[in-house]
Amino acid sequence: MSIPMISIRSLAKTFVLHTQGGTCIRAFDGVDLDVAAGECIALHGPSGAGKSSLLRSIYANYRPSAGSVVISHDGDGVDMTSALPRTILDVRRRSLGYVSQFLRVIPRVSCLDLVAERLTAMGVGLDEARDRAGRMLARLNIPERLWSLAPATFSGGEQQRINIARGFIRDYPILLLDEPTASLDGENRTTVVAMILEAKKRGAAVVGIFHDDDVRGRVADRCLQLNRPE
Amino acid sequence: MDAELLRVTGLTRYYGNRVGCRDVSFSLWPGEVLAIVGESGSGKSTLLSLLSGHLMPTRGEVSYRDRDGRWLSLAELSEADRRRLQRTDLGVVHQNPRDGLRMRVSAGGNIGERLMALGQRHYGRIRGSGLDWMERVELDPGRIDEHPSAFSGGMQQRLQIARNLVTSPRLVFMDEPTSGLDVSVQARLLDLLRHLVSSLGLAVVLVTHDLAVARILAHRMMVMRGGEVVETGLSDQVLDDPCHPYTQLLVSSILQA
Amino acid sequence: MNAEAMPGYNYAYLDEQTKGMIRRAILKAVAIPGYQVPFGSREMPLPYGWGTGGIQITASIIGPDDVLKVIDQGADDTTNAVSIRSFFARTAQVATTTTTEEATVIQTRHRIPEAPLKSGQILVYQVPIPEPLRFMEPSESETRTMHALEEYGVMHVKLYEDIAEHGRIATSYNYPVKVEDRYIMCPSPIPKFDNPKMDNCQALQLFGAGREKRIYAIPPHTRVKSLDFEDHPFEIQSWDEACSICGSRKSFLDEIITDDHGGRMFVCSDSDFCARRVREQEGT
Repeated sequence: MSIPMISIRSLAKTFVLHTQGGTCIRAFDGVDLDVAAGECIALHGPSGAGKSSLLRSIYANYRPSAGSVVISHDGDGVDMTSALPRTILDVRRRSLGYVSQFLRVIPRVSCLDLVAERLTAMGVGLDEARDRAGRMLARLNIPERLWSLAPATFSGGEQQRINIARGFIRDYPILLLDEPTASLDGENRTTVVAMILEAKKRGAAVVGIFHDDDVRGRVADRCLQLNRPE
Repeated sequence: MDAELLRVTGLTRYYGNRVGCRDVSFSLWPGEVLAIVGESGSGKSTLLSLLSGHLMPTRGEVSYRDRDGRWLSLAELSEADRRRLQRTDLGVVHQNPRDGLRMRVSAGGNIGERLMALGQRHYGRIRGSGLDWMERVELDPGRIDEHPSAFSGGMQQRLQIARNLVTSPRLVFMDEPTSGLDVSVQARLLDLLRHLVSSLGLAVVLVTHDLAVARILAHRMMVMRGGEVVETGLSDQVLDDPCHPYTQLLVSSILQA
Repeated sequence: MNAEAMPGYNYAYLDEQTKGMIRRAILKAVAIPGYQVPFGSREMPLPYGWGTGGIQITASIIGPDDVLKVIDQGADDTTNAVSIRSFFARTAQVATTTTTEEATVIQTRHRIPEAPLKSGQILVYQVPIPEPLRFMEPSESETRTMHALEEYGVMHVKLYEDIAEHGRIATSYNYPVKVEDRYIMCPSPIPKFDNPKMDNCQALQLFGAGREKRIYAIPPHTRVKSLDFEDHPFEIQSWDEACSICGSRKSFLDEIITDDHGGRMFVCSDSDFCARRVREQEGT
């Protein structure tokens, strides 16, 4: 029995909104999950059930109220809920990729460089990084004339594809995908599905939120059902 | 993993009875950018002055690991050693570039001063470093003999950065480096800072009231209020999942463009 | 020393306590070559800017057996030099001379005599601004700290600026020097031509700034090095012309305009040196 790439135990997240009189919002509660290499888990449930929050909690973007998230990193398990900030950064740099729903744009940085950065941060030379980034963008149908532009003015679908390029440019052992095909048309959707299947084939563990039943059906091995907490 | 660069324990500074900052503790590693965020009076400027050795603590310690791996307590160094460290290993980028530049000395003279202070005596090589650094901070090297007053605010800020980085410091302190600049100029400066931090492996402690700047530049963030650190974590953690009531207030107050 | 010929005044004008204070400052200055020692500058019978610092030093060290020479820009016969010389003749009953070799104390403004000084002689310089860092750093407490911590980067910044602006180090007088590899010092507004004479000099050199209230010193046989860059080494001035009066090609020459048509002549600034050469040439 191989060691899971992700191992979640009793994970819970409650938001306390102090600016709104201390209202408590329970995002999710008591989540247990193991994800093996090459597996894809789809998080399923109605809107507001905490799917995005769970994904962000695995990434350590949200800090869980209880429980543990152990990520396999360099052969060791790192508990993201208690690791040092620099450890979390290292895990995100090398083991854990995340494709969010929204692209955070840095002013003046071209979309080519946004993607290439993921490689140069690992020590890949700038020219090679840009070359590989270009091929990734081309695969996702971002025309070359857009590569030198900052994506602030791109359409939602274009921004989403850049996000995806950033997530797949490196062979992350673990991938977290939040609605990766939400704003995409048929052809691009097919490309992304192919990319996910390739990732699985090379042994990546994937956890994703897939709105589209068809996409889910093609990539997911299992579903984790989340229900809106009372 | 490389070794810790800065270790701060229980750092406290009182001004008479008034708290400047209290019980601040953290560590910093090479290549990390830490943003200290807070409103006026939060203690962030006091903290920056304590960290850079320009103010002495009432209690607690700031320890810096030098290039030979020795731990030095900033407050216990002799004034000569501390000032030397401030010239070689540390850098300070002031909010107002006029505080960090010699306004009546040429750009080249400003950049070369630290080198001359360290004993470099070859005019040609000193000038060469000046030309090189002006290019690195995206200033026209042809303007090396001009005085800072001939440059715009954003350019003066970049000149200040070059002046500090010429001795390859390992730790740079920045106090609101982009405030007072036009938005487009800010963007350009942030871009430059991001590149320099990653290409030089600098550790940076950055004080800012601007959360957007913190998000773009910093890996880690500390939120200060009334002299105390109320929340700390990775930048994206603190900004996307603020836990402390004050942090939530700060984050919710950002105007969305 | 007793008050003799001048009723109501102490010997050499200053009272003994003041002389004691100045001598203590001088001793401290000699012990730390190039270091500026603060002293309680007194009111002298001539205004600030006219050599009050130099006069106070001379008054504190002079004795009836001394022979005093006073020069101003190298000349013994300018108004200022004449006034100061007769002042000491009256208040200290001291012999005076214009011959460099005969003097035991030489007070000077802005030049070092051409004739090499010997052991036993004292050269007293009049200094306007003693602080070499003042042009860069207006704060007194900061400049003191810089001297204490040997933070002299700004001095080379000034030279750098010269080269950047003029293509060479354009400073031609009051050229900064480093004394005994430690303190950077203002040599007073002597031409840089004279700087090498300060190095390893046999005489004691004392510097007095009356308005700024500082005394400093270079003991005999002290290393004094003018600041420069490896690729822009220190150079002294030279002339194409020789002195019109004595023919010297080795001394510092003043340029004198003789008429309105561009006529000019070059003459030794050191009047005693020039006159002696003329006497030697005429065989007298």
